[in-house]
Amino acid sequence: MSTLAINLQDIHYRHKDTPANYAGLSIEQWKVGITERVFLYGNSGSGKTTLLNLLCGILIPTSGSVNLFDNNISTLSNSQRDLFRAKNIGVVSQKFNLIPYLSVLKNIQLAAYFAKNSRPDVNNDVKTLLNVLQLPNNIIHRQVNQLSVGQQQRVAIARALINHPRLLLVDEPTSALDASAKNAFMDLLMQICDNTKMTLIFVSHDTALSHHFDSSLDITTLSRTLSKTEENIA
Amino acid sequence: MMILPSVAWQSLLSRKNTAILTFLSLTVSIVVLLSIEHIRLQAKESFNRTISGVDLIVGAPSGPLNLLLYSIFRMGSPANNINYTSFTTLEKRQLVDWAIPISLGDSHQGFRVIGTNNNYFTHYRYGKKQSLKFEHGGEFSSLFNVVIGADVARNLNYNLGDKVVIAHGIGNTSFTKHAQAPFVVSGILATTGTPVDKSVHVSLGAIEAIHLPPSSLKALIKDPEAIPPTPKSITAIMLKLKSKLSTFGLQREINNDQTDRLMAVLPGVAMAELWSLMATGENVLRIIAVLVLISSLFGLTTMLLASMNERQTEIAVLRMLGASPVTLLLLVLLEAIILVSLAIMMSIVVLTLALYSLEAWLAAEFGLFLSGDIFTMELMRLIFMIFIATLVVPLLPGISAYKQALHIQLSST
Repeated sequence: MSTLAINLQDIHYRHKDTPANYAGLSIEQWKVGITERVFLYGNSGSGKTTLLNLLCGILIPTSGSVNLFDNNISTLSNSQRDLFRAKNIGVVSQKFNLIPYLSVLKNIQLAAYFAKNSRPDVNNDVKTLLNVLQLPNNIIHRQVNQLSVGQQQRVAIARALINHPRLLLVDEPTSALDASAKNAFMDLLMQICDNTKMTLIFVSHDTALSHHFDSSLDITTLSRTLSKTEENIA
Repeated sequence: MMILPSVAWQSLLSRKNTAILTFLSLTVSIVVLLSIEHIRLQAKESFNRTISGVDLIVGAPSGPLNLLLYSIFRMGSPANNINYTSFTTLEKRQLVDWAIPISLGDSHQGFRVIGTNNNYFTHYRYGKKQSLKFEHGGEFSSLFNVVIGADVARNLNYNLGDKVVIAHGIGNTSFTKHAQAPFVVSGILATTGTPVDKSVHVSLGAIEAIHLPPSSLKALIKDPEAIPPTPKSITAIMLKLKSKLSTFGLQREINNDQTDRLMAVLPGVAMAELWSLMATGENVLRIIAVLVLISSLFGLTTMLLASMNERQTEIAVLRMLGASPVTLLLLVLLEAIILVSLAIMMSIVVLTLALYSLEAWLAAEFGLFLSGDIFTMELMRLIFMIFIATLVVPLLPGISAYKQALHIQLSST
């Protein structure tokens, strides 16, 4: 058993349709230890989103291997990878958050369903989580599009945590929040990570938040985007 | 776990307007398809049950179908009459088991009047060789007796012993009403689900009597014991032979009769002619119904496809949660299945209600005796086929969801 949560080796990724803003990503090596909290920043187009997609296995690197907790997810079958993601990775993002027409409970239950989390007390877990996240219990049957942005953000965290993931990926979660809500959110997140011993990858362009983390990393030092290659192709 | 159907259901609810319109269009088209199929099957059934156990129908030469329609189904007008002596001759033939004379041409409050004799009540068979039964009273016992069908009794509110006026002609309002001839209801038949229910039966002698000059008629009414006039002509004869083997021989003989111009037809043959006539129209209706269904299935597909664009975010979220592309395809299919199942249930309810409320009108106007029970084998098979079709059609948007799911990724833009 290694103590590594993330271990990327010789990653190259190029999208076959070559989207305009990023042609690819290349990482020689990146290691993140278990329970480590990493703050990733970088300009848009630097490959943050691609990296997140690679980490949760929605994208497969063109070459190299993505190892999460000693599992090379690049070699898993599609359905195994989907299940691995559901079970081990929690994702909180600014945009792709919750399914608007479903209730708070349904949104969280869906996450449990896809992780094949059949514990009978999922509903109790939901209530506990909502308490921890300081959400009133009576919102459980409300549709999420009736909640405030801050509440939605916390429901998204609850959903990310329901399967007790080992890795939490958080993508620009605070851009919709005002300063005090932002601080409350960060405190809450850190407190949860303390309690659950999760590994945290936090992506943001707001470098003022970096003091919450063990380390902070500019994605451009990690990777070398292949923008030149892109220009050559174009 | 029931979470996927409930997600599909919530997703439909979130697009309530388009979902309801799609549901209505599906319901209308399924109602059209089911009702056409039901009426088609029931019409056949209804016609087939009208006559049973008659080997030959004899009437004036016209077409077999025409003879069948006016003599049995009381539709249209008889072409010509035949001599009453032809009936008496045929009845006495060794080959003949029984014969029922039929004389048409008069009406009572819009119901056809049938001149016949008591053979009619003893021998006429309908459905599965069922004989006529009297709800009240019995057959003719005197000249001016009337036996009415169940619908006649119900609609005109007639009871045993009521006095009835029989008019000449078959219209609802007749100028030359035989007001002088007071008939008395002697029997009311039980419901048969055939044109018999809508018939007013009198004796052949009575038919002859009401066409007598007023003076002779008055004399006859005053003295009911007087010998009734012998009919000169009747409209048709139903024959039952002792052996079916002699049917064709007797038919040929009747058709070549030198004393009277006669035509004998086999009911089954005439019925087959009727079906082949109706088949074209039936097929046109069925094709239209199927096209209507296909168009609303396209509507369903359009709705689902259009929703795919607004649901990209949703698909990304589901992927992120670990939903496989196949699960997303399943979700789209589930939406289609929910809509179609609801539409099928709704159409069954609508159709059943419509059939029960239109039953009387259809029977009165078209002589169609439809059953309100639509859960027949044929209709179940049809519903099953509709269901399968709706599984195939949404594959298009489903596959689109699947492909999107494969390529979609988290993006912060």
